[in-house]
Amino acid sequence: MLKTFPKGGIHPPENKITSSKEIKRMTVPKVVTVPIAQHIGIPAEIVVDRKDKVEIGQVIAKSGGFVSSNIHSPVAGTVTKIDQIIDTSGYKKQCIVIRTDAKNETNFEEKEYPLITEIQLEPKEIVQRISDYGVVGLGGATFPSHVKLNVKEGVELDYLLINGVECEPYLTADHRLMLEKTAEIIVGIKILMKALHISKAVIGIENNKKDAIKQFKELTKEESGIQVAALQVKYPQGGEKQLVRAILGREVPKNGLPLDVGVIVNNVGTVFAVYEAVQHNKPLMERVVTVTGKKMENPSNFWVKIGTPIKDLIAEVGGLPEGTRKLVNGGPMMGKAIKNTDVPVTKGTSGILVISEEEASRGKAENCIRCGECVTVCPMGLEPHLLMNLSEKGMYEKAAAEDIMTCIECGSCSYVCPSHRPLLDYIRFGKSIVKKLETSKN
Amino acid sequence: MSQPIIISASPHVHSAKTSKKVMYDVVIALIPAFLVSLYVFGISALILTAVAVASCLLFEYLIQKYLLKSEITIGDGSALITGILLAFNLPAGLPIWMILVGSLVAIGIGKMSFGGLGFNIFNPALVGRVFLLVSFPVQMTMWPTAVENNTSIADAVTGATPLGMIKEGLMFGDTMTNISANLPSNMEMFLGISGGSIGEMSALALLLGGIYLLARKVITWHIPVTILVTMAVMTGVFWVIDPESYASPLIHILSGGAILGAFYMATDMVTSPMTRKGMLIFAVGIAVITVVIRLFGAYPEGVSFAILIMNAFVPLINTYFKPRRFGSKIKSKIV
Repeated sequence: MLKTFPKGGIHPPENKITSSKEIKRMTVPKVVTVPIAQHIGIPAEIVVDRKDKVEIGQVIAKSGGFVSSNIHSPVAGTVTKIDQIIDTSGYKKQCIVIRTDAKNETNFEEKEYPLITEIQLEPKEIVQRISDYGVVGLGGATFPSHVKLNVKEGVELDYLLINGVECEPYLTADHRLMLEKTAEIIVGIKILMKALHISKAVIGIENNKKDAIKQFKELTKEESGIQVAALQVKYPQGGEKQLVRAILGREVPKNGLPLDVGVIVNNVGTVFAVYEAVQHNKPLMERVVTVTGKKMENPSNFWVKIGTPIKDLIAEVGGLPEGTRKLVNGGPMMGKAIKNTDVPVTKGTSGILVISEEEASRGKAENCIRCGECVTVCPMGLEPHLLMNLSEKGMYEKAAAEDIMTCIECGSCSYVCPSHRPLLDYIRFGKSIVKKLETSKN
Repeated sequence: MSQPIIISASPHVHSAKTSKKVMYDVVIALIPAFLVSLYVFGISALILTAVAVASCLLFEYLIQKYLLKSEITIGDGSALITGILLAFNLPAGLPIWMILVGSLVAIGIGKMSFGGLGFNIFNPALVGRVFLLVSFPVQMTMWPTAVENNTSIADAVTGATPLGMIKEGLMFGDTMTNISANLPSNMEMFLGISGGSIGEMSALALLLGGIYLLARKVITWHIPVTILVTMAVMTGVFWVIDPESYASPLIHILSGGAILGAFYMATDMVTSPMTRKGMLIFAVGIAVITVVIRLFGAYPEGVSFAILIMNAFVPLINTYFKPRRFGSKIKSKIV
């Protein structure tokens, strides 16, 4: 039996149609729009002005505090605008618009970095470099990596887990990266192990990526500290708490972090970014994005410069198919619907999913038939039907007592509800109010 | 883009399961038992089922249209199931006006008075059935026995159910050995040739449907298996101690409404607990109450009462037997 987390979870159709598509390099866009808040925490502070010439990899916005991150220019060009522009969150955010200098060769040279396995930097220097080069968690949460690595004195850590689960349907960015950059990722793992003084690491990969599992197993044969864990395919195994439970059998406490059970989790994409930052001094200014959808002409995986407008990506795979009704930044379970194709790719964009009419519309919400499916699938042991009711009726204190804040918003409840009830929508709403109430109390 | 883009929150996909599909799976699962009832009781089973189903749908329609002035939802399959299950719990040849009364009580009081689908506390079909049982005890216990080649109700001869025969026999001081001589064999009860409500004839047909429901994941094993196992264990203990005064567990499982109740009535989603733990407690409660009524009560059969009594405890069970929250080492505190 393959390992997995015991409580809840679902197995939606995988639809990983791009899993055999090699990652192609996107043409450098004419204009990039780089938001200054691509990470969780304080937005970066802009350090360039309109009409400034910028080089590729130059810092254009500086980390605005401890929980913040540097932003680098993904292209060589000229700053044309600094303005409020709608990004993937749906809100207007401060963005730096750069017009690419078509004559500048650095924009087009495709450097193939040789693999450097020897790690020369000391732990403190590693963390510094990760911070300098703007590495954030690429699994979706975009939490600044140097903050995560800055473990307080006295906290005992014994395991580094690498998240190669990619449990979201459709997405294959991590899968392709694991296949194409296996050796680099392993060096990245060693870098993190050194920085954290941890001697044991486990890479968790779901069993629908057998090729990646095999490759990692082969390349880590000689490594005593690095193991590969093949996991049963189950959503949301990519959730930190679920992953820790699945691989190590440890349960992260209710309002705690993996740190509380001696574990630190990083996504494979992040590990690769760490490798490039530490070994090649390369800032995080591009990432792998899966552009996909059932009716797309040529769905593919791309290396994309941060700030590339999504319409460029869609054009690259053959344009929007007839009957497109929804665009999603991310996967179908947790991704965000986006308003138009002008929004730029950010550090957190793992995929662009194009959804057609049939899939996009929700069924009409009917009465709850109390089937208990939502309770069965909730990986956090919550009662979604109850939380929805409490949120709907404004009973927020009761909702808080029923642990509404521990919801990880995986959407399994809404996915299975046979009455198409908008469970997660109400739970999110309830959470936001409970959060407000809690902050006003303090 | 010709049409506007939809902006909605995640998740953006949905499983293919719908409430309607769930309901119609239950209907499909009831087909084998219905066929057996047609074979055993002929046209009278057809009339009974048709009248119960049609009247349940009609009453729900009328109540929604004229009383509640709400959306008409008779197509959702739930009133259809109530009708079938009500019919399955009635004796063949029951006067039509009584069937109508049963339907009205089931839909009107059992379901719509609570607010319709999803809000009722008690299983509507059982509310209707028990109302009829206590109102018209004579007609409700006139069991036409299976008649070879029966084509009309007039041919039917009334007899007692196996459980009724046992209860009566034991009351008059008879021994199980003597009573058993007149009982249908276990095999006959399994296949469906004994007196009783039209739906509880054949254990085999009911189990076939039950397996279908399990395979389609409409129900889980927790409620039906726990009910039947608990009943078998409890009646088994009495039977081992005094086989002359107590019927064997096999007779208890195969006769009466045990299997119909365990697979189709107790598993009603609306009126059963949400968590696995809660389901187990609910099922044990039903089994214990059923056995107590059967062995020590005035009625020969107690499944309907047991389910209704445990239905009343479901909100309490849901409150006290919550799923274990992830990350809480201590069991959830009672609020």
